[in-house]
Amino acid sequence: MDIYTRRLLVNRINLFVSMLAMAFGLFWLGWILWVLFQHGTTAISLTLFTGMTPPPGSEGGLANAIAGSFMMAAIGTLIGTPIGIMAGIHLAEYGNNGWLAPATRFVSDILLSAPSIIIGLFIYAAIVVRVGHFSGWAGTLALALLVIPVVTRTTENMLRLVPDTLREAAAALGAPHWKIITMVTVRAARAGIITGILLAVARVSGETAPLLFTSLNNQFWSLNMNAPMANLPVVIFQFAMSPYENWQQLAWAGALLITLGVLLLNILARVFFRNTTPLH
Amino acid sequence: MSAALQTPSHPTTRTKIKVNDLNFYYGAFHALKHINLEIPEGKVTAFIGPSGCGKSTLLRTFNRIYALYPRQEARGEVLIDGENILAPSQDVNRLRAKVGMVFQKPTPFPMSIYDNIAFGVKLYESLSARAMEERVEWALRKAALWDEVKDKLRQSGMSLSGGQQQRLCIARGIAVKPGVLLLDEPASALDPISTARIEELIHELKNDYTIVVVTHNMQQAARVSDFTAYMYLGELMEFGVTDEIFIKPKRKETEDYITGRFG
Repeated sequence: MDIYTRRLLVNRINLFVSMLAMAFGLFWLGWILWVLFQHGTTAISLTLFTGMTPPPGSEGGLANAIAGSFMMAAIGTLIGTPIGIMAGIHLAEYGNNGWLAPATRFVSDILLSAPSIIIGLFIYAAIVVRVGHFSGWAGTLALALLVIPVVTRTTENMLRLVPDTLREAAAALGAPHWKIITMVTVRAARAGIITGILLAVARVSGETAPLLFTSLNNQFWSLNMNAPMANLPVVIFQFAMSPYENWQQLAWAGALLITLGVLLLNILARVFFRNTTPLH
Repeated sequence: MSAALQTPSHPTTRTKIKVNDLNFYYGAFHALKHINLEIPEGKVTAFIGPSGCGKSTLLRTFNRIYALYPRQEARGEVLIDGENILAPSQDVNRLRAKVGMVFQKPTPFPMSIYDNIAFGVKLYESLSARAMEERVEWALRKAALWDEVKDKLRQSGMSLSGGQQQRLCIARGIAVKPGVLLLDEPASALDPISTARIEELIHELKNDYTIVVVTHNMQQAARVSDFTAYMYLGELMEFGVTDEIFIKPKRKETEDYITGRFG
């Protein structure tokens, strides 16, 4: 067998194995989606979006949980994103010498991989215990803490992709450092940074553990951030574990809603990243 | 040994940039050794030499762009209009307003063609919208790009071709009205037609600017420059009127390089 035939063969084998691996991964994802749709769609109706989480055995929906989830994820992102972006800018643009940046990067990476339940316990100990009750704010802060390392990491990585020649070109015009960053490098990395934010939102909107100890749950409609707040993940957790048929149905519907939401955010992130001019 | 090399006396020109015993270090690496050089005003001076000879490094001291990186250090004097720009008291942003630079790869900013030009101008002047439009048009005309982009000033600068992007970068550089223009291999990433346009442009711009161009292309140096410096291993081997350097170089090393017998 000559070398070209062998290369062709090796190439085919590799391709086949890679496809197999991909099929394996997609199979489970497909199965999860299938099960979710099967159980979730039957529970989707208008009352799902208008009714409150019901007591066992009666009619209701998830309106309060949807609103709570939305509020906490939105405000958590609003708090976490600026901090994450600024930390990422520091790491990529100022952190080339000294000890502060490597230390920050290390801590941020630990935070990124820390189990979210630890974050929940931390906020519980630091805030819930002191204030004396669960609250929407506590949940929001826990989510913000999860957003920060994700946004920090992606911001830094995206800024590092911006070629140094672009920084030099701006500096050669006499632009001060802060102007180079805000007007040139962050703009060049904008699509990637926004993708990072969307992925962070996707991540926190499905988190259960950090909310269990912080915002807990609320079976009534409430937008009061100082009171316990309903949210989809905790409702799913509670309802899915229950023996009541209608609660289980709602848990499936909630799970489907979160999955579709996260899927939509991911697709949005991809489309956004693709449609923006690539870096040189 | 290169200490004795100076600009050949040229009665009609004034010295714009004067380099006195300049040494440059990348960490421990001694990249430029005792450079002495006088670059005349309103002329094109070319730096030639094999890769790694220090020609770009020398160019990068003239606007102190090297200072962006830690561990890069210049010692000695670079006088522009008699002022030592390496002095710690020199404001680098003010220096860079006077000394523009264009790089090897086109570097349009991620903004519109118009904003690419206005970006630099806004750093130093607050012009009315009307005056800014005039300035942008002036710079684009000067860089021979106006006719190609006048109908799409709001489009992204990245949508232009490589040669157009490079002329946009030149327009951006001259829009702030510097006295000196540094060109670091400005045409090496471009096709022959774009290269020819850049060379024409250099020719036209030299009436208003002192131009220093680093190039790998010896024909290009011969075509566009009035003076040529040949560098080798961090030393200035020979400096003189381009025609003399190319027709009868004083040193054997220079002759070997420009005739292609080198390496």
